[in-house]
Amino acid sequence: MPASLSPLGPAPSRWKRLRTELFGSRVDGLISIALGAALVAIAFGLLKWTLFQAQWAVIQANSTLFAVGRYPIEQQWRLWLLTALLAAATGVSWGLLRALPRDQPSGQRWPFNDRLAAGVLVALALAVPLWLQLSLAIQLRWWGITALVLVLRWALARWGSDVPWGIQRLVPLLWPGLYLVGMVLISGGLGLIQVAPSQWGGLLLTLVASSFAILLCFPLGLVLALGRRSELPLLRWGSVVYIEFIRGAPLITLLFLGQNILGFLLPGGLAPDRVWRAAWVLTFFAAAYVAEALRSGLAAVPRGQLEAAQSLGLSMPQGLVQVVLPQALRVALPAVVGQFITLLQDTTLLSLIGLLDLLGTARAVMANPAFLGKSAEVYLVLAVLFWCCCAALGLGSRALETRLNPSNPARYQ
Amino acid sequence: MVRFPRLAAVVPVLTALVLVGCASEDGGVQSQKLATIKGRGTVVCGVDGKLTGFSFVAPDGSYSGLDVDVCKAVAAALFGDPAKVDYRDLNSSERFAALASGEVDLLSRNTTLTLSRDASGGNGLSFAPTTFYDGQGVMVPAASGIKGLKDLAGKPICVESGTTTELNLADRMREINAAYTPLKFQTADQTYSAYLQGRCVAVTSDRSQLAAKRTGFPTPAAHTLLPEVLSKEPLTPATVNADPGWADAVRWTIYALMQAEELGITQANVAAKVVEAKANPNLADLRRFLGVEGDFGNQLGLPPDFVVKAITAVGNYGEVFERNVGNGSKLKLERGLNRQWKEGGLIYSPPFR
Repeated sequence: MPASLSPLGPAPSRWKRLRTELFGSRVDGLISIALGAALVAIAFGLLKWTLFQAQWAVIQANSTLFAVGRYPIEQQWRLWLLTALLAAATGVSWGLLRALPRDQPSGQRWPFNDRLAAGVLVALALAVPLWLQLSLAIQLRWWGITALVLVLRWALARWGSDVPWGIQRLVPLLWPGLYLVGMVLISGGLGLIQVAPSQWGGLLLTLVASSFAILLCFPLGLVLALGRRSELPLLRWGSVVYIEFIRGAPLITLLFLGQNILGFLLPGGLAPDRVWRAAWVLTFFAAAYVAEALRSGLAAVPRGQLEAAQSLGLSMPQGLVQVVLPQALRVALPAVVGQFITLLQDTTLLSLIGLLDLLGTARAVMANPAFLGKSAEVYLVLAVLFWCCCAALGLGSRALETRLNPSNPARYQ
Repeated sequence: MVRFPRLAAVVPVLTALVLVGCASEDGGVQSQKLATIKGRGTVVCGVDGKLTGFSFVAPDGSYSGLDVDVCKAVAAALFGDPAKVDYRDLNSSERFAALASGEVDLLSRNTTLTLSRDASGGNGLSFAPTTFYDGQGVMVPAASGIKGLKDLAGKPICVESGTTTELNLADRMREINAAYTPLKFQTADQTYSAYLQGRCVAVTSDRSQLAAKRTGFPTPAAHTLLPEVLSKEPLTPATVNADPGWADAVRWTIYALMQAEELGITQANVAAKVVEAKANPNLADLRRFLGVEGDFGNQLGLPPDFVVKAITAVGNYGEVFERNVGNGSKLKLERGLNRQWKEGGLIYSPPFR
């Protein structure tokens, strides 16, 4: 990327560039003004509608439904606890990331983004509960959770570098551990009352289904990708047939298949719950696409790498794990994350098979005669929620890319 | 021929054994499904979940609507508790498979009763009494002066393309020999906004849907439904064909709601009616209906007071109708065909004898 195109350039040159690009000639100027005016008009109209015309009562009254669906009220403390744990883990990880040595030219960029993110978080924590007219008790809980994130972020950024590396290395393990704890908290067991998956809904169901599928489709996809490149015919053809079969069928047909056929194949009661059936179908579906993305990464690593590893005395699996996979993953990461984001959005299809995911909940709410004709408000909120989730995934993957970047000094610590 | 008398002796014994086997608990009701449901403690009820007036989720997470009340009545009849229902949202394509595979016990999801759905060679369902007689209707602006289909001759009519609605309209207009201009749209939203912009003088769809959409209009009172009904849509709860015992239990629970309206028994006065029936042995009909005497419940495999429990839970049919789609709701649908038979409607419960 030439230096002049870098978004990191100082402010004045950026301004000058804007002028030469948008107002270079008279025609350019006219087009810029026309487009700019149209954009302003659209933004103004949207803002006017959002602030003055839209009736947000439908969101305010149903905020719990959108968040957790029909989850029993007396058990919702478990979800609050889980949110607090997630907030703590976020604070710890965030703080430790800040304590790490930074990426070179971004001496400016990293703290700026970082402060911006913290500011957005505080603004959201203050504004959203107020706007939703949540009760004071619930508002306080949100503020507490936000404070938890920020305090841990600050404390670990300050003293995190004193924590021995042995312990710091264990921090990423917090997340899978927390995932298991979270599943127990959500579904019950180990002394907690069972909450059937049919009672999960809204954002909760969307996040559970998509995170389950995202976590499991990756290892599955890796096995399939290696299988497809394997020299054992059975393994190779098995992987090829699986991947091509899944990629040849639309997700919605596979979801219907999972919902309708399993009921006939397995005697009543043995078939897993509808929610899990859908989550498994999502997993198997995404695995095929992730496998192809990973295969492209594997193909990008020159054959010589594995041969060199073997000539150094590494066994085939060692060579794969130590030499080939790290390089392949770095190449494939953007495509794989793209697949994860698609997967998150694909969970809206669950509403078509009668599950109350975020979109399903929205449709059930819009059928309430008390909120007829309020679809624009509901869909707008849905779009913003999905955008937030996908943006978080995108940001996370970019952070991971930086970490996997060989020129990043943090990697060699 | 020594063996024949022996065989002859065995046959009555076998017959007796079979009879004893049949006449087990529940007063002779042999229903696998009923036993399963009682063992499980909840009725799994398939609903649409996203249909105004019929089934939707309220802000507190509870299901409401006319279809939902049918599920609640059945659960109340079985267990005395309308909350003992496990709702499954089903879409139109998977509803029959869900019923056939036993995923749901009862389908209360705006299903039109048709021959192919009822027949064993078709979907093989067993239909309960129809709980809502819907039909295709036409909505016009009240100020337009249009009083019937004939007045629509030569005028543009908004309709969703690719639906049976579109075909029904064409059929009926051809019958009365009236030419018209169909304005076809891909989605319901486009259809109704075109109608509101005045691009057509009428819009056609199912009457319950028209009424639901009308409540979202800026001035709902400025639009009326024409009296003509273009198609028959008897929306009916269903169970699987294979289990007549369970189908009977559902059927008579729904009839009980209809009979209660005919007898003037409401959610509010049912307790008083029970007291009255207990006190007065001469009210034989009422006593049998409310389970004070006789064994109707037992014959169905239900508790003796199942009628009382169902009415206490959801009220009689009229109350269910008014609360969900009638004057008690925003839809404000007329009873129309859904009136009691004595008032010229089709709601008719066979005698409880």
